[in-house]
Amino acid sequence: MDLFIPALLTIITAATPLLFAALGEMVTEKSGVLNLGVEGMMVMGAIVGFVAEYYSGSATMAIVASILAGAAMAAIFALLVLEFHASQVPTGLALTIFGIGLSALVGQSMIGIAYEGLPKISIPVLSSIPVIGPLLFQQDFLVYLSIVMVAAIHYFLNKTRAGLILRAVGDSHDAAHAMGYSVVKIRFMAILFGGAMAGLSGAYLSLAYSPMWIEQMTAGRGWIALALVVFACWRTLRVLLGAYLFGGISILQLHAQALGIGIPSQVMSMLPYLATIFVLVIISRDVSKIKLNAPASLGRAFHPSR
Amino acid sequence: MTKAFPGVLANDSIDLKIRPGEIHALLGENGAGKSTLVKMIYGILKPDAGTILFNGRQVEIESPARARELGIAMVFQHFSLFDSLSVVENISLGMNKVVDLQKLANEITEVSKRYGLPLDPKRHVYTLSVGERQRIEIVRCLLQEPRLLVMDEPTSVLTPQEVKKLFLTLNRLAEEGLGILYISHKLDEIKELCHQATILRLGKRIGIVDVDDESTSSLANMMMGDELEKNDRHHTPVTGAIRLQVNRLNMPAKDSTSISLSNINLDVRAGEIVGIAGVAGNGQDELLKALNGERCAPEAASIIIDNQPAGKLGPNPRRRAGLASVPEKRLGHGAIPDMDLVDNAFMTGFYRMGLLAKGIINYPKTRIFAQKVITDFSVKTSGSSVPAESLSGGNLQKFIIGRELSQHPEILIVSQPTWGVDAGAAQTIHRSLRQLATQGAAILVISQDLDELMAMSDRIGAICGGRLSPLYPTAKMTVEKVGLLMAGVALEEGAADVASVS
Repeated sequence: MDLFIPALLTIITAATPLLFAALGEMVTEKSGVLNLGVEGMMVMGAIVGFVAEYYSGSATMAIVASILAGAAMAAIFALLVLEFHASQVPTGLALTIFGIGLSALVGQSMIGIAYEGLPKISIPVLSSIPVIGPLLFQQDFLVYLSIVMVAAIHYFLNKTRAGLILRAVGDSHDAAHAMGYSVVKIRFMAILFGGAMAGLSGAYLSLAYSPMWIEQMTAGRGWIALALVVFACWRTLRVLLGAYLFGGISILQLHAQALGIGIPSQVMSMLPYLATIFVLVIISRDVSKIKLNAPASLGRAFHPSR
Repeated sequence: MTKAFPGVLANDSIDLKIRPGEIHALLGENGAGKSTLVKMIYGILKPDAGTILFNGRQVEIESPARARELGIAMVFQHFSLFDSLSVVENISLGMNKVVDLQKLANEITEVSKRYGLPLDPKRHVYTLSVGERQRIEIVRCLLQEPRLLVMDEPTSVLTPQEVKKLFLTLNRLAEEGLGILYISHKLDEIKELCHQATILRLGKRIGIVDVDDESTSSLANMMMGDELEKNDRHHTPVTGAIRLQVNRLNMPAKDSTSISLSNINLDVRAGEIVGIAGVAGNGQDELLKALNGERCAPEAASIIIDNQPAGKLGPNPRRRAGLASVPEKRLGHGAIPDMDLVDNAFMTGFYRMGLLAKGIINYPKTRIFAQKVITDFSVKTSGSSVPAESLSGGNLQKFIIGRELSQHPEILIVSQPTWGVDAGAAQTIHRSLRQLATQGAAILVISQDLDELMAMSDRIGAICGGRLSPLYPTAKMTVEKVGLLMAGVALEEGAADVASVS
């Protein structure tokens, strides 16, 4: 038990950044846009949040700055892809490389500065429940927010008209255009949202997970988030499940090392990707599953003239 | 209304008037400007000049939403549907006001019952047939209680029985005071259904006529500008050697959205055109793929090309054996959208036209071949180096059919040869198919256009649920009888006897 609870706590902290980034990317992809720049938007969110915290001393300011940084990165992507019809895949890759480089430049003077981390918020009564109290109800603001976002996005996509329109645009942009929906505007919003969420994910990394700035501190989490969206078949609740599963695997990897279990850590870090490939193969076998969940226009450029 | 595109005046001061309760036909060939006009009425395109009066009031229709608000509804030729969404979700997206989905589902059931358009609101669109998809579009329009309903070639996907039902529905709607703008190239239908017709040719209005005062041939003349010739058809059975034979072909479905073929038997003789009718989604696609080798049959002997078992051969070996095919879907199946016409000509023509030497493409020769197809089949394009997707549907179809015909195949399988193609081009295609048959080729035409099959095929059958009916001599069949076959009803003893005697 003494080992169990800290392990679970670390799973929550490992899962939260994945959850933010994957939720945002899922919404972007549901609108039919594949943004491979998650890693870059995330790392920019991390450094800008950290810098904002350093100069303003306010956690709120830091989180807002992270969101804006992620969204700004996404706006560059949106402009290139939607306005200039750049191909989505290379543009996304370029965004990642750009983000990693720019964050290293901005963060040069921030290396070695420590920050005490986001304050924990204890929910009265609930947090005093033995065992699960401290586990679930004594977290920082962003952990709670990530769970709220799951519910909000699930509700938005499946229960609201705006969510329906977003899914429709991702399914067939030509049909949506013919019905008079503004494909470009809707996709722009979806991309910005994805960027904001990636920024939040970065904020969690540099303000809560390991409150400091290290170059490339996202360490591939953006890619895991991308894989996670496919793993979850573009479904909100499965993203939640997948984030905690992948988070769990990465923590397991640390503990396995500490306990001297003879599995090479590289094998463990491969697991999320292996699982994603496995799921891709499984869902590819069933056409109806793909047709139902995967956005049919994903990655396709939209030319309104046609 | 006037609208110009770079290099072409699509609409040149066109006038159009539709009264409440009137079914008004809009007639014209491909490129005559019908869709441009309709798109301006529905707010998808912005006119360069001209005014629209609706209920006597001048209106600016700047978006489809505004058109719907005014009471203009449209059923598109290419459906604007979202495969991954359910029927009710699809319909709600086409409505201006936000509605409760459960309430909307009830309304859909009600309207679909009232107008005889059966539809399950909870089904996902990708599971539905083309006919059912069209019903979604119509029901969606009716739910908005429109004043003007625009229908773009609505019958091309329906059985004759379904067409009758649709006409009943449309007549009833017109009696209730709805104005209907009906776009079609099927003159018989226009004669039967419409009150007045506006005829367009090359972006200009040729005239407005009372349909009752005109015959189908006079309408066709106005549309085409020259006399159309009648299709001829063999009335004596063709007795050439059997070139293509299919014996007890069984093919399990690949996934839940496709149809399995069961016990398909057919034969096509040299010099013969065999027609296969059927409502979309009854196994036509699967049959085409089984015959052209995209999917191999479980047994080699179930498909025989010129006395050689060919069931296990892939598409290229079958092409070498002389079997060419034209699939229904032009972009992405019949042609590669991003490649130019030269490359697309190469894709299927390289073997028979000798365009490939030791793995190197002979481009000068390929260009000449592509250009010949363009000239012979009067494909309207600015050249052979434009991507396939830049051609209009009808022109691309002419190119694809021309590409196959120019290779003089011994056997030709063609699906929907004239879908969305105007009367003039359809005639060219029909004539070339007939000519190819006269030269001794065996031709199998899979089509949903019954008039076309009745006009050109020597024998006819229908596919329903992956089963093929026996083939009957066309001269002894009527549209009603084929309609029964399309619905999977076996013909009565008498009719079958006639077939076996002949």
